[in-house]
Amino acid sequence: MFWHIEVKEKRGIFDAVGEGVKKDIFDLGIKSVRKVSFIQVYSIEGDLAQAEIRRICEELLTDKITQEYFINRPTGRPQGRGLASDGQSHKPANRSTEFVIEVAYNPGVMDPVEGSVKKAILDLGINRISSLHTAKKYVIYGRLSNAQIKTIRGKLLVNKVIQHAVTGASKGAEGSDSGYKFQLVSVDLLSASDKKLQKISRDGQLFLNLTEMRAIKKYFSRLKRNPTDVELETLAQTWSEHCVHKTFRGKIDYKRVTSHPRQNEVGLESSVTRRKINNLLKSTIMKATKELNKPWCVSVFSDNSGVIEFDENFDVCFKVETHNHPSALEPFGGANTGIGGVIRDPLGTGLGAKPIFNTDIFCFGPPDYPVSKLPKGSLHPKRIAKGVVSGVRDYGNKMGIPTINGAVLFSEGYIANPLVYCGTAGLIPKDKVFKKVNSGDLIVVIGGRTGRDGIHGATFSSGELTHESESVSGTAVQIGNPITEKKMLDTLLKARDKNLYNAITDCGAGGLSSAVGEMGKDLGAVVYLDKVPLKYSGLAYDEIWISEAQERMVLAVDKKNIGELLDIFASENTEATVIGEFGQDKMLKLFYQDNLAGELEMGFLHEGVPLSVKKAISAKRNLKEPYLAEKKDLTVTLKKVLSDYNVASKEWVVRQYDHEVQGSSVLKPLVGINNDGPSDAGVVRPVYSSKKGLAVSCGINPRYGEISAYWMAASAIDEALRNIVSAGGNLERTAILDNFCWGNPDKPNRLGTLVDAAFACYDFAKYFGVPFISGKDSLYNEYNVKGKSIAIPGTLLISAISVMEDVTKAVSMDIKKPGNLIYIAGETKNELGGSVYYKLYDYLGANVPQVDRKKSKGIMQALSRVIAEGLVRSAHDCSEGGLAVSLAEMCFAGGFGAEVFLSEVPYQAASFKLQASSFKACSLQPAAVRNDIILFSESNTRFVVEIEKKNQKVFEKAMQDVPLGLIGCVSGGKVLDIYGLDRKICVRADINELKEVWQAPLRW
Amino acid sequence: MTKPKALILRTAGTNCDKETKFAFELAGAAAELVHINEIIKGSVKLSDYQILALPGGFSYGDDVAAGKILANELRFKMREDLSGFIKEGKLIIGICNGFQILVKAGILPGNDGFEQEASLIINDSGKFEDRWVYLRVTGYGLRDTNCVWTKDLAEIVYLPVAHGEGKFITKDKAVLEGLKKNGQIVFQYCDRQGSLTGYPDNPNGSVDNIAAISDKAGRIFGLMPHPERHILGTQHPRWTRQGLKKYGDGLAIFRNGVEYAKKNL
Repeated sequence: MFWHIEVKEKRGIFDAVGEGVKKDIFDLGIKSVRKVSFIQVYSIEGDLAQAEIRRICEELLTDKITQEYFINRPTGRPQGRGLASDGQSHKPANRSTEFVIEVAYNPGVMDPVEGSVKKAILDLGINRISSLHTAKKYVIYGRLSNAQIKTIRGKLLVNKVIQHAVTGASKGAEGSDSGYKFQLVSVDLLSASDKKLQKISRDGQLFLNLTEMRAIKKYFSRLKRNPTDVELETLAQTWSEHCVHKTFRGKIDYKRVTSHPRQNEVGLESSVTRRKINNLLKSTIMKATKELNKPWCVSVFSDNSGVIEFDENFDVCFKVETHNHPSALEPFGGANTGIGGVIRDPLGTGLGAKPIFNTDIFCFGPPDYPVSKLPKGSLHPKRIAKGVVSGVRDYGNKMGIPTINGAVLFSEGYIANPLVYCGTAGLIPKDKVFKKVNSGDLIVVIGGRTGRDGIHGATFSSGELTHESESVSGTAVQIGNPITEKKMLDTLLKARDKNLYNAITDCGAGGLSSAVGEMGKDLGAVVYLDKVPLKYSGLAYDEIWISEAQERMVLAVDKKNIGELLDIFASENTEATVIGEFGQDKMLKLFYQDNLAGELEMGFLHEGVPLSVKKAISAKRNLKEPYLAEKKDLTVTLKKVLSDYNVASKEWVVRQYDHEVQGSSVLKPLVGINNDGPSDAGVVRPVYSSKKGLAVSCGINPRYGEISAYWMAASAIDEALRNIVSAGGNLERTAILDNFCWGNPDKPNRLGTLVDAAFACYDFAKYFGVPFISGKDSLYNEYNVKGKSIAIPGTLLISAISVMEDVTKAVSMDIKKPGNLIYIAGETKNELGGSVYYKLYDYLGANVPQVDRKKSKGIMQALSRVIAEGLVRSAHDCSEGGLAVSLAEMCFAGGFGAEVFLSEVPYQAASFKLQASSFKACSLQPAAVRNDIILFSESNTRFVVEIEKKNQKVFEKAMQDVPLGLIGCVSGGKVLDIYGLDRKICVRADINELKEVWQAPLRW
Repeated sequence: MTKPKALILRTAGTNCDKETKFAFELAGAAAELVHINEIIKGSVKLSDYQILALPGGFSYGDDVAAGKILANELRFKMREDLSGFIKEGKLIIGICNGFQILVKAGILPGNDGFEQEASLIINDSGKFEDRWVYLRVTGYGLRDTNCVWTKDLAEIVYLPVAHGEGKFITKDKAVLEGLKKNGQIVFQYCDRQGSLTGYPDNPNGSVDNIAAISDKAGRIFGLMPHPERHILGTQHPRWTRQGLKKYGDGLAIFRNGVEYAKKNL
């Protein structure tokens, strides 16, 4: 018997979901909708009596206080005989002004609610449910054209990658065909021509290039047999850019066509114009770490996350990942599984770390971008933004991990390719940092079941997107189930503390194929694929092996511990299943019901990938500084800068994330008198009984990269470190992470900028003395439209984590008290290139902010010292929007005005000779200093600092070796007054007005 | 005298268990994290404890509705244990998701039948929000609360909320009037001065700004705000402005519970 149940709010109860959808429809430009009603649909199949189905509705599916239910009386469809909880008849929809859209998941897409509801029905003592599906129904009231309905359906309510609009009776479709019968499939490589090899790669979504296909052919020619499909898939997964990082670990022929920015630095390879790089990662990022050789680096670049020392009992690990391609196609699911995936990195580090905070950084297209201009197949940036934010919210909050730091950027370069960076840090007992698989250990898969979801995720993310990606690669996109992961986390840590397993890793890209392949690298492994628990029957052996279904991890368990281990997982309803054994013959063997389905040498799998030499060209760019007329009053300009999407308040995002769960929060993302100022860094104390803590921050500014990737990278490092320092951390205990998101590295000019950025990573990690401990790259972020490939701006995210001895020394950025003195530390230069100020006038400029390798470190160290001595009341770095934005933010966060004199700002005019000479085409004359330059230049390594008057002398003495200007004081009123170089007012604004223009743009 | 024992109930999706345990321990209790399966199968006995805490989180993903599935589990699988526990006059606190569970299980506002009389539904804003709120311990024209958990609290306390479904609503006017008459409204959202104001001071649109209620006896306490997140001075969002205090406003709530248990249970 099949039951269709609809649940909706009773009359008079506010329908918040419907109201939200109405608002989103309005955002689509459709203004004629009066009301939207939301209806939750459950389709239940089972041998149930009517009384039982009523009981399910009343006791479980309906909130008696606010909701009502209808059985077998679908809204908007011809009415059959049905039952309603209110006993009233249900009026059919008025066709002209009522539209009903029902949205259900596609077959095979995981529906997290399904499992919970099934469990809950069992709790009621009803056990004859054969299937259960959910759907969402929206009744839209208003005069709408068919085209508008189509827009609402296609652009808002249905994402056909994972969902469909239900027409006719909603029968739940199972995820697959009913059964699967083993049939070994082999692929004819031996007789294949080069052309055929390429076709095989393309048709199978293997994303292997011809050289790689040839290497595989050669390997199997030697074995005198063709590979099976699962062998070929395994190689494709393991050799994918996503897993093997061919670009960063391969060979690069780097050529500099123009003078390199580094030429201006003393003692750097100034003459080098051509360089052969063997393993970019090892020769830049890891090299800095190696040379810095910090004793507190415990495990770097070897495990799923980088590990540093925390205190005498614990170490801390941190990893940041990206989930860009999936988020482009299905923002909620992509971001959801992105955060779910990175949480498993600390869980899979050593023997497992307890996650203690998340970070998230997003890059989207402009939220007001015209729908008509979107490339075919792209979702609108605002929809992507909302979907991504709710995807991270859903997973992060449900996992009980506070999201304490992040950033959101908007630029046209991300319209078709949004970037979603998610980070997680974990706390790990010192004796659990290392793992070792022993031969004979059982292979145990824990957590979620395996389904057809996420097939080809690793290879898919190693190719470019096209407008067809949504249909071709739909299975690569998934919806996460955070509760499955939370259960796994809880039980896993119990098992860890009893020392019941020897090694662990997560099933990320490549699924079991990557996880088992990696763990068994030195030993070999035998896997019985038919033992893997499935979400539904019908999966072929190769699908089981490469599925990237979420929430799964793999353990290596000593046989003697297996009973106790399985009991622990069972005690909290987490699945754990033995699926094979680690061997000693260095072979990977895959069985399905006694049939050998695949057999590969671990050596070939992990070392066999032929690394090609990639060409990189660092090219000359013709950039000029614009000439802007000087304005006397810059108040309006400041307001425009404050309301730039990149500067504007991200409170709408921040509040949706629980940033206080676990009770560890010390410095929150929102600070100040009304808890709404933008914190520079997040600070937590993960061990309640200790004052020791962690500060975390990030640095990112892709716009600088349009001028110089090198200085963009240097600036990102400087920014991340500035944020740490202004919150009270210090360089001495700071580690950083790199995340490169770039276009196609097979294109020499794209790779050229990437190499430049990597050079900067080495130079400045080394200079500041902050080691990289982990990183990740996501390449091929390009979108193919009409044969033209559009790349994202090369984007480097630097995340920083710093161990603080005493969190009670932390400083927030909000101004504290009238009468206090305001200083700026660091030098301001004419560095408006890539600034928000120039962007207002649609200029890019040429004078990109550089990082001074003589003074920057000293400035940060001096500031750390005075903060540690308790001399500083507030500190805030200058970043996007420059000094003007910092001052405004400090004032409105603190609720006080200030008087500031630009004539007191240390200004360095000379440095631009360097810049001008490195851009020959630039007509720039070192400009005379002007108010707008001082206010809006985005020069690095600058801090605005508030000091009590009584500490003036001590402070100035402590800072005597660094550029410092006493620029003003906190005033009692609510006005920010900035006096220009001529000592006349150039900005005068009420701080509440400034706050309003800063908050309004993203108050969604 | 031995420490009162607090059982902190866990299940799939429980999140705030560890900080709740810390709060109880700091307040002088011996607190244990116990999975619901252990109670259902009988390896842990609820009757061995004086305090039951239902911590925050997203039990079973808050699927169907926040707290609903665990509420049903309490109603159908732990009912006798719970009835006995309540009859003996022992203490229960439900925080955030715990409050949602108590309300949906009909344990709050409380009658004998485990029948739901109120609910906590989606915030008027339509979204999850994390923000700090001022709460006034009611009086102000309503009958003073006799809640043992909030005895001698400051007139206005400051705690964070973090939820998407916290709008308190009753079945009908009569239930609401009953709450007022019986002094069951414990906290109301207010502004800094204690006035009952709208969003965002009232973060979810709760009727009469209700943030917390108790049963008639004042021993079962449910609240949307998180007292366990304001135990230490560094948890206050403005400690860098206002000076660092050793403890936060939330600790007194746990101390009250523990003191009561010491004296009476």
